[in-house]
Amino acid sequence: MNKGLVKISPCFEDVMPQEYKELVEKGSYGQDYGVADLGSFKELIEEHPLCAGCGLALSMRLILASLPNPESTIIVGSTGCSALAFSQVALHNIHSLFGNQNAVATGLKRALKLRFPDEIKDVVVIAGDGATADIGLDMVMQSWFRRENITTIMLDNEAYANTGGQESGMTAEKAVLNMAPKGKNFPKVNLADVAQVAGCAYVATCNPAKSRVLEKAVKRAILAAREIGPTYVQIYAPCPTNYKLKPDEVLATVKNREKEGTYPTGEFISAKAQELFESLEGGSK
Amino acid sequence: MLNRYYRVQAGPEGYLPPAAASMGVMLPEKGEALVEGIIVSEEEAMQKIAEKIVNAKNPVFFPGPNILWAWNDSVLEKAYAVNDLVQSSGARVIPMPDYRPKYPMINPEVEINPNHPNLTIWHNHIDVCVFVGVHCHYANIALKIIRGGTDCYTIAICGEAGHEDAMISLRDVSIDTLRRLNDVIKSTGEGLK
Ligand SMILES: Cc1ncc(C[n+]2csc(CCOP(=O)(O)OP(=O)(O)O)c2C)c(N)n1
Ligand code: SF4
Ligand SMILES: [Mg+2]
Repeated sequence: MNKGLVKISPCFEDVMPQEYKELVEKGSYGQDYGVADLGSFKELIEEHPLCAGCGLALSMRLILASLPNPESTIIVGSTGCSALAFSQVALHNIHSLFGNQNAVATGLKRALKLRFPDEIKDVVVIAGDGATADIGLDMVMQSWFRRENITTIMLDNEAYANTGGQESGMTAEKAVLNMAPKGKNFPKVNLADVAQVAGCAYVATCNPAKSRVLEKAVKRAILAAREIGPTYVQIYAPCPTNYKLKPDEVLATVKNREKEGTYPTGEFISAKAQELFESLEGGSK
Repeated sequence: MLNRYYRVQAGPEGYLPPAAASMGVMLPEKGEALVEGIIVSEEEAMQKIAEKIVNAKNPVFFPGPNILWAWNDSVLEKAYAVNDLVQSSGARVIPMPDYRPKYPMINPEVEINPNHPNLTIWHNHIDVCVFVGVHCHYANIALKIIRGGTDCYTIAICGEAGHEDAMISLRDVSIDTLRRLNDVIKSTGEGLK
């Protein structure tokens, strides 16, 4: 998108809500902002209806601050808690039927390539663990097999949170939830490894407690998806409501899980992606 | 059921009013317009628009993204022409800058969105509203919600094929049409003095 496009018609400037004026004057379109700049610019998400302390809300805030080209990014979401916040995000976003997100993103990316062959258009899927690893797994993996140029980001709260706490494939073994009272009786799916063998050029697992690592993973994933092929980022974003945590215990939980090795973070970088990141000097814009 | 006599009139018509098209209301041909579901000449519709606006207690224009954002020079020219209409009408402007549902709620004092247009209309006691520069599918849904839940009279100034779900709709509106409409509004307003 031409960054100069985001201008208000002068005769309507006085009636534009403050929020839009700030997006034009102090927003992240066309700027090189990142998580270190949070607090100094108008963010793409401010209000949202998610629960206090929700790991998804913080992760979304960080993801949106990490997009290399927000003005040319289209998010494809799916049903689940994050979908409720996306209706507030000041960015093109499509809500797809639960589980269809990677199929919708595929069509969108292909259409954008045809319509704007000389422009960068980043298509980024952001969906829950249920949508990504269970109900939409077919669509997710097929998009990886086909080597689509899209980024898939999973907000992993290890539950079907929006429907009251059923276990998902990403729930840890033995975890007890409102609607899994006996505890889950098979292990957490290792989707990061699946992504790697299914053809993703870049894979990362991260969490919002380490915001700079998350930022780097998101930027790298989007840049590699543009140039090489599918990429996958898995963000551990706990749900305080279903896991019965106090809002201020969420980040400590994330840190503990990483420390005790039950939610490791890391990266897989394919040879092509390595080459790309080196040429881009560490994956900046 | 197809009803030849379905009239698109101010509501509240009740939850989920039918799409006017499904009740047999046809879009006008070029040079024509719609008034309450009946095809009339463009001139007649312009006169009706002017009467509705000058007699309204609280007329409000709802400009949409097509003219609120300065996409190019021709958009700017249209925006200024719409603004002239606003001035001649003594109307207020409440913008629809984008189509985010902004769940759970927008600020109805300063904005309108197509997903809950009734909130803005109720909050501001709007009796006549004018849609202009709103993409077709969002205008259609909003016009239907307004007819369903409020008694507001809806007018659509459309650059494409018009809107059956508005009580009055012009089509193919150009800068020239906007200027002609402005003249009609001014002279109708003068006649009231
Ligand atoms: C096709 C379809 N199947 C099932 C549902 C019901 N449903 C809505 S949200 C949801 C759970 C979402 O879980 P997840 O993707 O992990 O997102 P979260 O709410 O945990 O963020 C389910 C099963 C639906 N809306 N559509
Ligand atoms: S239920 Fe859980 S995931 Fe959903 S908004 Fe609340 S805290 Fe977040
Ligand atoms: Mg979940």
